[in-house]
Amino acid sequence: MSFAQSILEALESLNGNKMRSGLTVLGIVIGVAAVIAMLAVGNGAQASITGSISSIGTNLLFVFSGSADGPPGGPGSRRSGNNDRPLTLTDAEALADPFAAPSVELVAPAIQGNGTLTYAGENTTTSISGVTPTYATVRNMEIAEGEFINEEHILGRMSVVVLGPETATTIFGHADGVIGETIRIEGQPFRVIGITVPKGGGAFGSEDNAAYIPFTTAQARLIKKGTRDEVDVIFIQAISAEAVPLASDEVSNIIRQRHRTPIGIDDFTVFTQQDFLSTFATITGVLTIFLGGIAGISLLVGGIGIMNIMLVSVTERTREIGLRKALGARKKDILLQFLTESSLLSLIGGIIGIMFGWLIAFIVGKVAAATGNNFTPIVGTDAILLSTSFSAIIGLFFGIYPASRAANLEPVEALRYE
Amino acid sequence: MDLVIEARNLRKTYMMGEFEVQALRDVSFTITRGEMVSIMGPSGSGKSTMMNTLGCLDRPTSGEYILDGESVAEMNDDQLASVRNRKVGFVFQSFNLLSRLTALGNVELPLRYAGVTEGRRERAQAALEAVGLKDRMSHRPYELSGGQQQRVAVARSLVNNPAIIMADEPTGNLDSKVGKEIMNLLLNLNKDLGTTLIIVTHDPNIAEQTQRVIRLRDGELDTTVDDKGRKK
Repeated sequence: MSFAQSILEALESLNGNKMRSGLTVLGIVIGVAAVIAMLAVGNGAQASITGSISSIGTNLLFVFSGSADGPPGGPGSRRSGNNDRPLTLTDAEALADPFAAPSVELVAPAIQGNGTLTYAGENTTTSISGVTPTYATVRNMEIAEGEFINEEHILGRMSVVVLGPETATTIFGHADGVIGETIRIEGQPFRVIGITVPKGGGAFGSEDNAAYIPFTTAQARLIKKGTRDEVDVIFIQAISAEAVPLASDEVSNIIRQRHRTPIGIDDFTVFTQQDFLSTFATITGVLTIFLGGIAGISLLVGGIGIMNIMLVSVTERTREIGLRKALGARKKDILLQFLTESSLLSLIGGIIGIMFGWLIAFIVGKVAAATGNNFTPIVGTDAILLSTSFSAIIGLFFGIYPASRAANLEPVEALRYE
Repeated sequence: MDLVIEARNLRKTYMMGEFEVQALRDVSFTITRGEMVSIMGPSGSGKSTMMNTLGCLDRPTSGEYILDGESVAEMNDDQLASVRNRKVGFVFQSFNLLSRLTALGNVELPLRYAGVTEGRRERAQAALEAVGLKDRMSHRPYELSGGQQQRVAVARSLVNNPAIIMADEPTGNLDSKVGKEIMNLLLNLNKDLGTTLIIVTHDPNIAEQTQRVIRLRDGELDTTVDDKGRKK
């Protein structure tokens, strides 16, 4: 029998038992839809995180004080030893030396803290960074209105502040036309000189909800530190994305020399965007596999459903099998007939499941958008190929046992079956 | 003489639990091409076993069976399937049509398994015309009367030009009038096309219409009867 013919015949036979075929297909539909939706959500989460990490700049390096053992732990793991020396402003200045660190383009030391901002009875608590003029360039920050902190502000320890749009909206009710207003930070008056362009949520809290003041002002009046020129973090911009590893080495060498640390026991940590990316890629990768695995189990259950129905079908059609054999059907004809049916069941289920899973992913994306999350599930071709081939294989695998049972029936016994 | 069936010392034994049942004990006979033979015998006489063996649905335990020049006793399952497809047409008591297929589809079935693609439809149509169902080709079995269903089954049995047609109680599920029509159809096919016809029955009226009766008793040929099944 030709291939097209056996498919046609299998369709006819499945059509003859619509309810049963439909329910069997449903099992596969749910399985495939779950796999597609889960992988889409996982991929979406990964893309969202990768996107927000990328937005911090591909040629950016972070230097924290304190060592990180093993995998990067970020700011939380700093100050691991008592003999650690903090990063200082002079460290930052040394890093800006173009001869010692040719791969470093810009250096932006910062000290960070939290503070309460008040204006006309409105108040909000936000993160406050004491920064230098280079900060805006290093962090890819753009000014929507007004200006950023400049050398003059630094030298004069002036009480000026640049606000993120979210912070401005919280205390003023709007983000435009607030230049020149005076707000109070921890009770001290600061004049608003600029508003930054919205960047959207990031991996380290929103940069839109922040206040930036001159480094010297913060040092002197707002954020108290152990020593006078201690800094929390030094942001470094490498001359190019390719130069990031080189810059990382240069920075490490300079600080090691300055801190006189034995080799291998650094009291600081250099972090690149790539480090963040790979850390989060690992996390979301595990998440995706986990979600996909759970969905895969439902696909397996769907496959067992196919096997169950095919076994019932073989028993029910014992006489038909006997007759076909009497008319000259060979084992492989019968085998092919039942395998075609089970594969068709799972294939149809797979196709509907893909559409259904797509729909679920789409709805999840809509819900996320409606609740203000920057998150879009991504239905990848790999997920589609994976679940289609997986469901076809399941159809074949779970069809083989019932089909071979049918093929091996004795014609005499089968014809006598009531 | 042109022999279409040569059975020599056919034996068939089954194991029923611990007991060995001898369904056929050393049966030998021949059937000439174009002959019309009935096989008779009370239940338990080995009638069904004989029909299964002659129809190549089952192999004898020992002995030799030559069907249309091919020795089938030692064949494997797929070879037997091929012999059934090419050389044997079956007509069953309960018609055994596939309800999902039309009359035409049912008749085409043996040709499909024979791998015939060209002219398959035409041959099936010709077979249906030969049994007088020209205007019922696209009907499904449940839209046909019992007699019409059996006609479809007869058309299916002869569509592949088999060497023998095995009919197992072909009129058993039909009333006597329709049964007579089916018998006439079979008789005419035998007469017009020269097809060898073997009818398994316990109805003496049917056996009466065949040229020769093979009577079985306890798995052996009953030699106390003549060719018409009458006591000598």
